[in-house]
Amino acid sequence: MGAIFRRELKAYFTSPIAYIFIAVFYIYSSIFFVGYNLGYGTTDMSVVFSNVFTVIMIILPLLTMRLFTEEKRQRTDQCLLTAPVNLFSIVMGKFLAAVCIFLCAMAIYVPYIITLLVFAGNVAWATIIGNFVALLLLGASFISIGIFVSAMTENQVVAAIVSFIIIILFYFVDMLAGNVQIEWLRSIMLALGFYNRYYEFTTGILNVTSLLYFVSAIFIFNFLTVRVLEKRRWD
Amino acid sequence: MIEVQNLTKQYGVKKAVDDLSFTVNDGEILGFLGPNGAGKSTTMNMLTGYISSTSGKALINGIDILEDPIEAKKNIGYLPEIPPLYLDMTVKDYLNFIYDLKKCKLPRKAHLADVCNLVMITDVYDRIIRNLSKGYKQRVGLAQALVGNPPILILDEPTVGLDPKQIIEIRTLIKRLGKKHTVILSSHILSEIQAVCDRIIIINGGKIAADDTTENLTKNISTDHRLIARIDGPREEILKTIKSISGVVKVVADMEREKGIYDYEIETKENTDIRRELFKRVVSRNWVILGLKSSEMTLEDIFLRITMGDNVVIKTKKSPENSTEEKAAEADAKAEEYEKKAGESDSKAEEYEKKAEEADPKDGEYEKKAEEADSKAEENEKKAEKADTKSKKQGKKSSKGGKK
Repeated sequence: MGAIFRRELKAYFTSPIAYIFIAVFYIYSSIFFVGYNLGYGTTDMSVVFSNVFTVIMIILPLLTMRLFTEEKRQRTDQCLLTAPVNLFSIVMGKFLAAVCIFLCAMAIYVPYIITLLVFAGNVAWATIIGNFVALLLLGASFISIGIFVSAMTENQVVAAIVSFIIIILFYFVDMLAGNVQIEWLRSIMLALGFYNRYYEFTTGILNVTSLLYFVSAIFIFNFLTVRVLEKRRWD
Repeated sequence: MIEVQNLTKQYGVKKAVDDLSFTVNDGEILGFLGPNGAGKSTTMNMLTGYISSTSGKALINGIDILEDPIEAKKNIGYLPEIPPLYLDMTVKDYLNFIYDLKKCKLPRKAHLADVCNLVMITDVYDRIIRNLSKGYKQRVGLAQALVGNPPILILDEPTVGLDPKQIIEIRTLIKRLGKKHTVILSSHILSEIQAVCDRIIIINGGKIAADDTTENLTKNISTDHRLIARIDGPREEILKTIKSISGVVKVVADMEREKGIYDYEIETKENTDIRRELFKRVVSRNWVILGLKSSEMTLEDIFLRITMGDNVVIKTKKSPENSTEEKAAEADAKAEEYEKKAGESDSKAEEYEKKAEEADPKDGEYEKKAEEADSKAEENEKKAEKADTKSKKQGKKSSKGGKK
């Protein structure tokens, strides 16, 4: 796992992907930070956190699209799959590398918080930490979806688009829920949606069920990735 | 040691590998020979756990690759058909990655340096793999398989893309590795297999078409006797004459090699030698034999015959006693021949002596000839002795084989 994690991390930084990803993330969150926090002179960062949802929805698939597609295309998966490591640690190595890049992007909040601390003297730590954890979990779930899709195709573009579609489905599912008349279906849709659960965090509510929801989403998609890899051997 | 039992891989309706069984012993270099699409790579992928078999077992040093893949994979170094290289890494980073991936315990720096020396990639150690030539890429792939010093090496077409010099170097390397490792290597280049491997498995259409030592394979298949004779004379008559010799199965006049002279390909029954008879008949009609050779089948011919679907019956491995006995018998026959010849030249020598006595004036000449004939006779006798001892040795061997 360690070897794969280190290799992936290095590969991110030898290709432009990591730089582009981090740059786009910085620009986008800076726009909201400057426009809202600095513009209105507030220490409430919930707008910054809630708006970042849309951008990671688009750019995280770019981060994950090559993780397994390239392995297959270059036939390097033969090296991984014939090495004495189990599939789960291969998937986890890649997953953690992508999460690590995402953490690098999220690191931009540290100077924001310092800025607020210096000029306003005080921030709502509980909200900020809650938001930080929530965003990390949200990003990690998107990453696990992206990895799952990349394990199923050999084409990077297809991987990016399909993971984007899946993420958007999870995004829209609770918006559509309001129009659904059937009670049980609506409750299922509301339970499945990403956005409401995430939005809850940005308003400062730490809900354990929502935390569990994200953790299980990460687990399920990583598990499915392992199954996809396993199944390919049996075809 | 690798044991393969009834290994089968099915893709939909098509059986890529069909009921393959064989064993590779420690320190053996096994060549996997077959046309493209015969199932070589599929088999290797199954042995290394990259894909799973539909049915059957593959035991790597006694460990089932499907039951305990991680333990089994620890024993294997695998070079797939396309070397699994991360093009954006340097050779150094890549090999270090592999080292970590395989969880090696050997001293890192020294081991990687060793491996690089073995496959001769030390000079590109710091270069990015993308920029390397195909030969170097192939060798980096081989290095990757060697990292961790696994006891079993599975190499899928290891010399593809190398230049002749490198091919020879890699072959020598594989041979050297074969002393300590169990090696399976696949190729569709016959000379390569012939040069490197102790044993050959020819597979065609997912099935084993032949499994024998390189030596036996070439020997056993060439038992159908074929002669090629270049004879100067009228074509039709020659054909008729040759056909009339007993033991001849088939004769064809090949292309016209020289003006009015053809090569005649003669197929004879097993264990019949028609060369003497042929010679006598040709001479009696005042034709001339310009060349006579038995055409041995090369591995190439065998391969083609097997893979083209010709009905070649490949004799299964002869038991060791049999073959030595046969050799002994051959040597015996040779010895007898030599003795005969010796006797002949003896009598010739006597003849000459007689003549010498009769004709005094021609004395010197005859005596010389007689001496010559004498010495020849002695030579032949020596040869006969040699052949005799050989036959005795063979006889001993065969009796030993029998005891075993």
